[in-house]
Amino acid sequence: MALDSKVPQGPLKDKWTDYKNKINLVNPANKRHIDIIVVGTGLAGGSASATLAELGYNVKAFAYQDSPRRAHSIAAQGGINAAKNYQGDGDSTYRLFYDTVKGGDYRSREANVYRLAEVSANIIDQCVAQGVPFARDYGGLLDNRSFGGVLVSRTFYAKGQTGQQLLLGAYSAMNRQIARGKIEMFNRHEMLDVVVVDGKARGIIARNLVTGEIERHSAHAVVIASGGYGNVYFLSTNAMGSNVTAGWKIHKKGAYFANPCYTQIHPTCIPRSGDYQSKLTLMSESLRNDGRIWVPKNLDDVKLIREGKKRPTDLSEDERDYYLERRYPAFGNLVPRDVASRAAKERCDAGYGVNATGEAVYLDFAAAIVRYGTEQAKVKNIKNASDAKIKELGKAIVKAKYGNLFQMYEKIVDENPYETPMMIYPAVHYTMGGVWVDYNLMTTIPGCYAIGEANFSDHGANRLGASALMQGLADGYFVLPYTIGDYLADDIRTGKIPTDTPEFDEAEKSVKENINFFINNKGTKSVDSYHKKLGKIMWDKCGMSRNAEGLKEAIEEISELRKDFWKNVNVPGEANEFNEQLAKAGRVADFLELGELFAKDALVREESAGGHFREEHQTPEGEAKRLKEFQFVSAWEYKGEPKDAVLHKEALEYENIEVKERSYK
Amino acid sequence: MNLTLKIWRQKDASSKGQMVDYKVTEISEHMSFLEMMDVLNEQLVNSGEEPVAFDHDCREGICGMCSMYINGEAHGPDRGITTCQLHMRMFKDGDTITIEPFRAAAFPVVKDLVVDRSAFDRIQHAGGYISVNTSGNTQDANSIPIAKEAADTAMDAATCIGCGACVATCKNSSAMLFVGAKVSQYALLPQGQVEAADRVQNMVAQMDLEGFGNCTNTGACEVECPKGISLDNIARMNRELMKASI
Ligand SMILES: Cc1cc2nc3c(=O)[nH]c(=O)nc-3n(C[C@H](O)[C@H](O)[C@H](O)COP(=O)(O)OP(=O)(O)OC[C@H]3O[C@@H](n4cnc5c(N)ncnc54)[C@H](O)[C@@H]3O)c2cc1C
Ligand code: SF4
Ligand code: FES
Repeated sequence: MALDSKVPQGPLKDKWTDYKNKINLVNPANKRHIDIIVVGTGLAGGSASATLAELGYNVKAFAYQDSPRRAHSIAAQGGINAAKNYQGDGDSTYRLFYDTVKGGDYRSREANVYRLAEVSANIIDQCVAQGVPFARDYGGLLDNRSFGGVLVSRTFYAKGQTGQQLLLGAYSAMNRQIARGKIEMFNRHEMLDVVVVDGKARGIIARNLVTGEIERHSAHAVVIASGGYGNVYFLSTNAMGSNVTAGWKIHKKGAYFANPCYTQIHPTCIPRSGDYQSKLTLMSESLRNDGRIWVPKNLDDVKLIREGKKRPTDLSEDERDYYLERRYPAFGNLVPRDVASRAAKERCDAGYGVNATGEAVYLDFAAAIVRYGTEQAKVKNIKNASDAKIKELGKAIVKAKYGNLFQMYEKIVDENPYETPMMIYPAVHYTMGGVWVDYNLMTTIPGCYAIGEANFSDHGANRLGASALMQGLADGYFVLPYTIGDYLADDIRTGKIPTDTPEFDEAEKSVKENINFFINNKGTKSVDSYHKKLGKIMWDKCGMSRNAEGLKEAIEEISELRKDFWKNVNVPGEANEFNEQLAKAGRVADFLELGELFAKDALVREESAGGHFREEHQTPEGEAKRLKEFQFVSAWEYKGEPKDAVLHKEALEYENIEVKERSYK
Repeated sequence: MNLTLKIWRQKDASSKGQMVDYKVTEISEHMSFLEMMDVLNEQLVNSGEEPVAFDHDCREGICGMCSMYINGEAHGPDRGITTCQLHMRMFKDGDTITIEPFRAAAFPVVKDLVVDRSAFDRIQHAGGYISVNTSGNTQDANSIPIAKEAADTAMDAATCIGCGACVATCKNSSAMLFVGAKVSQYALLPQGQVEAADRVQNMVAQMDLEGFGNCTNTGACEVECPKGISLDNIARMNRELMKASI
């Protein structure tokens, strides 16, 4: 099938408006006869469910957690972008569009990104109307902070818990519709397959995670909002349950999977400490507003620090290498994530890492504390404030801005970041790749949509900070509700979709067979042992830098590991009970397929772009080198084994932006 | 460290449960409490036994999923944290640790340490929202200035993660801190005023219906709350309720 992105004709800035003016609408009385399934209740799925229900559709929403409020969007810390230009610093829809395309290393679709920038301002209005308590300044107006890769302040935030507050906003909108009976909520339910009838997505098979019961659910359209697949690396900043299963199951039924190799490795996470580690914790990018990143200049100091004979605070200014400020004077500590992560890796590979594992750099707030303290002393009219007083005043400001993050750090590392610099290292955080969708957010299965992190759409090869929350809510509140109506306008006479059909029988049978296999296999190795092995291959060979040889090895190794898994995996317990190991086994099985496709995608993409860094393709200064012939989206069609997947290319055209060398110097 | 764990095992909601002893060895003080539980579960799986079921997801103190009652305290020793943020450095070699589910009539056990907290969701359905549609035509976000102080206090109330530690801790299993936090968030903001009276009445009615107990002002909830939700929120809710009834 040829890929058709369905981008509307006309000038960029009019596309969305013209599109909305021309699409088919479903009248309110008919919406009552149309059912929509939404898999996932994070920012994307939660906002979509609420809005679709407000419009009058019957929504069935699914989440594997015990409440929609616990989707992993809850963990987002730093903020959400919007082109409001409240700071009057030159922001505009075009500039947000431009920053996003450039930040994504010219690997995203212009029309989608422009639409995203266009609706961004509405998101903030909507959230404030819902009672989201964004941070405000003393005048009572909304405050902003800066995020990486841009030169304006357009990030709205609620302390270090922006994702939590936005998700609780969407959750409250859902609650209102649940109370009206317009959303039926299925908590602790996992989607295990999509049902396709006459070429259209018409339902899902789900497992009740408490009773183990396998259920059939039908609808006129299915929306996948299941989040990202960073857990293919085992260790990531994602939640323990984050998975690719929903996206992978639709891939196996015909949805193309795009750019799997585009993964974001976030520069500021708490370094790993041991083999028992189960997850990694992010320290928000907002910290780079005030924190300065450095390693010692001299290897002797590194050695002493690692041995515990010197402390970072013992080093004078000229014994420190603020390497981001040195290499990228224009953006300094606020370079985009891919650039910051590679720079940290470069220093640590050269032997300058400051902890026992050699994989850590400093993020230092001492200068910010003094800067804020001095300012506060002036504001409070304290003459000749002592150094101690200045520090005290400065710490209070830093605490107000980042208190919860500092507390999180202290609880994990057992060090006080107000007194000694934080130690950080890059970790897997976000996946730009995902299910391929057209301008309507529809996958290559008619009637099956993908929104939020689960789709591939807006961030190209690297996502800018605070843009995932924006995209999730844009998709759910403001884009999907229009585009899905255009499709459903044909369904007003279809009537309820029956579930007693051969298509549902077939899908249910294969789900049950899979589950029975796991329970009866009685192998010798735990599910986690496979997940950890896969994670290690991914991190070593498909991590922050990749090369052809390593990727070929990864493909072999993952394929071997998958064979071993299907022979020797041990899943205890029964099928018809609460069984976390069983749920995990299904997720790891899908990761074992995705991982191989990921490596294959990275091998085929013989260029460096954003988070995808091929060692063979770099400039003499070690920056990513993009190639014109790879200016396309890789969309993979499922054909059985990942090695047989077929590549389809969607060419990317840039008519409104000049494709340039991406420089932050 | 080597530890003895006494853990509540219960097959499902209708079975009877009991405490069972387990040993774990070579636990690092840098592990989180849940990583220690992972070690135990891996051990159980490898010896053909059923692992201990417990709720967890984000493992960074924000989703509110984890919910263990450790040595008689919700989320264990240490303050201002959830179970997943508890670290083994709080324990010492040779310790015996008892681990139970959050207990309350309104939180029935699902399995082992997993409980059903859907009562919290139902309280939110009863009024935990502002009735505004997603039209894209709401007024500009800066058209109503909100005093920083009010916004910050609303934010403090809004940081509740819905974990239920307040209920598990309270001798009456009262949910006043949880409900008070939500009512407060909206009561402090201009957007929340229009529906204020209905909201507080409906949420409190649902709370009573779910079988949560009464508040007798012991304040234990505030002590154990991982997010530092203050008792002021309960007082504010009581005022809102008074206002609504006149
Ligand atoms: C620690 C952290 C901090 C972040 N900080 C920021 C930030 O400051 N700014 C920013 O813009 N972005 C940030 N991000 C990224 C952003 O939070 C995510 O990309 C975004 O929230 C994803 O939202 P979502 O709705 O697509 O998915 P999620 O919120 O992950 O929701 C997925 C949903 O799908 C459900 N689900 C999954 N699989 C199944 C299945 N098989 N069956 C049924 N249900 C299923 C889950 O239950 C859940 O409800 C951060 C991410 C992390 C991890
Ligand atoms: S008030 Fe505190 S203890 Fe109670 S649910 Fe909220 S966060 Fe948990
Ligand atoms: S697992 Fe999310 S708060 Fe503990």
